[in-house]
Amino acid sequence: MDLNFTPEEAAFRDDARHFFRTAIPAAIRAKVAEGEGLTRDDMITSQRILNARGWAVPNWPVQWGGQDWSPIQVYLYQDEMQQADCPSPIAFNTSMVGPVIAQFGSDEMKQRFLPATANADIFWCQGFSEPGSGSDLASLRTKAERKGDKYVINGQKIWTTLAQYADWIFCLVRTDPAAKQQEGISFILVDMKTPGITVRPIITIDGGREVNEVFFDNVEVPTENLVGQENKGWDYAKFLLGNERTGIARVGNSKAKIARIKELASLEFAGERPVIEDPRFQEKLAAIEVELKALEMTQLRVVSDERKLKKGRQNPASSILKLKGSVIQQQLTELLIEVVGPYAIPYQRDFEGNNEPVVGPDYATEAAPMYFNYRKVSIYGGSNEIQRNIIAKAILGL
Amino acid sequence: MDFDFSEDQRLLKESVDRLIAGEYTFEQRKKYMAEPVGYSTAMWSQLTELGLLGLPFEETLGGFGGTAVETAIVMEAFGRGLVLEPFFATVILGGGLLRRAASDALRGALAPKVASGKIKLAFAHIERHSRYDLSDVTTTAHKDGSGYVLDGAKSVVLHGDAADRIFVTARLAGERRAPDGIGLFLIDPNTPGVTRRGYRTQDGLRAAELTLSSARVTADDLVHDNALAPIEHVVDEAIAALCAEAVGAMHAMQELTLEYLKTRKQFGRPIGSFQALQHRSVDMLVAVEQARSMAMFAALSAGEENPIERRKAISAAKVQIGRSGRHVGQEAVQLHGGIGMTTEYAVGHYFKRVTMIDQLFGDTDTHLGKLARLGGLFGKAA
Repeated sequence: MDLNFTPEEAAFRDDARHFFRTAIPAAIRAKVAEGEGLTRDDMITSQRILNARGWAVPNWPVQWGGQDWSPIQVYLYQDEMQQADCPSPIAFNTSMVGPVIAQFGSDEMKQRFLPATANADIFWCQGFSEPGSGSDLASLRTKAERKGDKYVINGQKIWTTLAQYADWIFCLVRTDPAAKQQEGISFILVDMKTPGITVRPIITIDGGREVNEVFFDNVEVPTENLVGQENKGWDYAKFLLGNERTGIARVGNSKAKIARIKELASLEFAGERPVIEDPRFQEKLAAIEVELKALEMTQLRVVSDERKLKKGRQNPASSILKLKGSVIQQQLTELLIEVVGPYAIPYQRDFEGNNEPVVGPDYATEAAPMYFNYRKVSIYGGSNEIQRNIIAKAILGL
Repeated sequence: MDFDFSEDQRLLKESVDRLIAGEYTFEQRKKYMAEPVGYSTAMWSQLTELGLLGLPFEETLGGFGGTAVETAIVMEAFGRGLVLEPFFATVILGGGLLRRAASDALRGALAPKVASGKIKLAFAHIERHSRYDLSDVTTTAHKDGSGYVLDGAKSVVLHGDAADRIFVTARLAGERRAPDGIGLFLIDPNTPGVTRRGYRTQDGLRAAELTLSSARVTADDLVHDNALAPIEHVVDEAIAALCAEAVGAMHAMQELTLEYLKTRKQFGRPIGSFQALQHRSVDMLVAVEQARSMAMFAALSAGEENPIERRKAISAAKVQIGRSGRHVGQEAVQLHGGIGMTTEYAVGHYFKRVTMIDQLFGDTDTHLGKLARLGGLFGKAA
C-alpha cells in the first residue's frame, strides 16, 4: 500500500499539469472556471490542441489514436485536466460514439469517422432520450424503417445536449417493433444536415441553452450508416454507457471549485472579516472537503482495482462515484452562492443587445446559474435513483 | 500508487480474519464478556501466540515491526469481532507511548513484556473538564526529593482496571492548558495513593476511574518531561486504528442488514425487494466505502512526521468515520426493525461500539473544527 506516485507517475502528472495549464488558452480555461458556457469554437480549439499531442482520445484503441496508459495515468490525465479548468474533450465524440465505432463499426466506417471524430472535425451529439423514454431508455419509439438502401427515420429525441453545435448525431432507433424492447433497437449515425431534421432549443432554469429537442420527419439515412448489426443497438448502447466511468466522479473539477471558493471567500466580507474566516463557513466547506477526499480515495481504489479487471469490464463501484461525485459538485455550487451573497441575485447572462455594466463583482454573475444548472448532474447519465438501482442489483444482489 | 497489500500483510489479514471468524462469533463473545475480567484470558493468550501484541515494536524487541497499515488490518478484524480484550489500550496506546515517548532503555525493558503478554498497559489522560484537549492537564506532579508526588483524577481510562502499568499525564510546569510542561509517567497502579475503580462501558468493554492522592513515584517513572508532541502522535495513530476498527464494525452491520433484507419476508416477499429499502441499503454501502477510504487514508497518513499534515488527515478521517458510523449504525437498527433493538442480536452491539468510537479522542464536530481551522484539505491552487 502506497499513496505516493511512482517517479514515472509523478513525472507524467507534472507533464500533464504543465501541458494543460500552458497549451490550452487561458481565456478558455477562465470560462470553465467561472462556469460560463463554452462556444463551439472553444471546444473544438481545445480538443484539437489535445489531439495534436495524441491526448484527445487516450481511451481509444492505439491504432486509432489511443494511448496505452495505465489506469493511474488515465486518472492523472483526467484529474490534472479537471483541476486546470481545461475543457474535457467533447464527450459525445471521445467517450461515446468513438469507442462504439472503434469496437463495432466496419473498417470503412472507422476510416471515415474516427480520425475526424478525434480531431473534432465532426461535432457529435447523442440521440438517446425521448419524451417518453428517460430512465426507461429501452422503451424508445423513434423508428427507422428500411426502404431499399435507406432507413427512413421518424420520431423525436429530447435532452439532446449541444445539438445546436452538432454536425452529426448518433441515435438509438427502433428497427423491429415486433421484437422484445431491447432486441429491436439499432445504433445509427445521422448527418444533422439531412432534410427532415429540426432542432428546437430547450432553455434550462439557469437561462442557458445546452439541451434541445430533435425532430425526425421522414429523415432518409443510407444503410451504410448503421453501426454493427441491425437490432443489436442496445448492446452497443450498454457498451457506451459502461465506458469511462471513473472520470464521472469529477474529483478534479471539485478540487478546482474548492480552490475557487477559497479564493472568492477571501475577497467577500461578512462584517469585519472575510467569509473564509467565518467558522461556520469554514466547517461547511471542510465537511465537503472530507467527503471529496474520501471520494478521491474511493476513486483511486477503483483505479487500482482496474488493473486487475479485464479491459472493458466495469467496476460496479463506479456507480458509487457517480452518486457521491454528483452530490459533492452540487454542494460546492451551493457554497459559491453563499460566498457571493446578494450579488447572486442579478440575472446578467449575455443576451443580445445587453451592453449594461456588470452589477457587482464579475465572478458573482455565474454563481446562481451554475447552482441551478448543476442540479442536472444528479439527473443525467442515469439519475442518482437509477444509480442506486444499479448498485442494489449489481453489488448488493437485491 | 497502489492499494494492494504486501504478501506479509495479506498473510496477517488471513490469520486475523480466520481467528475472528472462528473464535469470535457473537455467541462466543458473550461467553468472553462473562469472564471475571470482562474478556477472555484464553483469547489474550491466542493474540500473544499470534504475535499481535508485538505489532508496533521492532523485531529485536520481540515485535512485528508493523506500520499503521498492519495495525489497521488487525483493528478492522477486531471491529468485526467486537473484540473485548485490552489490545487497543495495551498495544496501540501503551505500545505507541513506549515507541514514541519512552527512552530506549524503558522500551527495551517493557516492549518484550508487552509483546509476550506479560504486562498490560493503559493510558490515563482524560480529566473531568478536559474533554478532548490533550493539553488540558490539571493533575500535578511535584518534585519531592528524588521522585515525584502526583495529585489529581483521571477518568474513562480504557482498560485501566486490567492494566499492570498505567501511563499518566501530570503537569510538571505551566498553566492548565499550556502545551509545555506536561509530564508522562508510567505508574504501578498498586502504588500507595493510587486508587482505581473499574466499570463496564456502553459497548461492553472496560474502563476505570483513577485517583492520585499524594501518590509517590520515582524519577525513573517519569517517561517524558514535555510529552505533548509524542502523545499527540500516538493519539493520531490510535485514531487511525479506531477508524479501521469502526470500518470493521460498519461493514459487519452493512452485511447483516443486507442479509436480513434478503431473508426477512413481509407481505409475501423479501423486504429487500422494496425500492425504498434498497436505496437505503445502497446509501449504507456508500457510507461504509467512504469510511473505508478514509480509514486507509488515515493509516497511510499516521506515520506523517509533519504534525499539521497529519492532524488534517487524521481529523478528516475521524469526521468521515463519525458521520458514516452514525448513519450506518442508525440505519442498521432501523432496517432490522424490532430485532435490531434487542440485546440478543449482534447489530445493536456494533451500533453501540461505533457510537462510542465517535466519543473517543475527539468527536466528529471537534475534528471538523480542527480541520476547518487549519484551512481544510485542499489548497487554494494546485
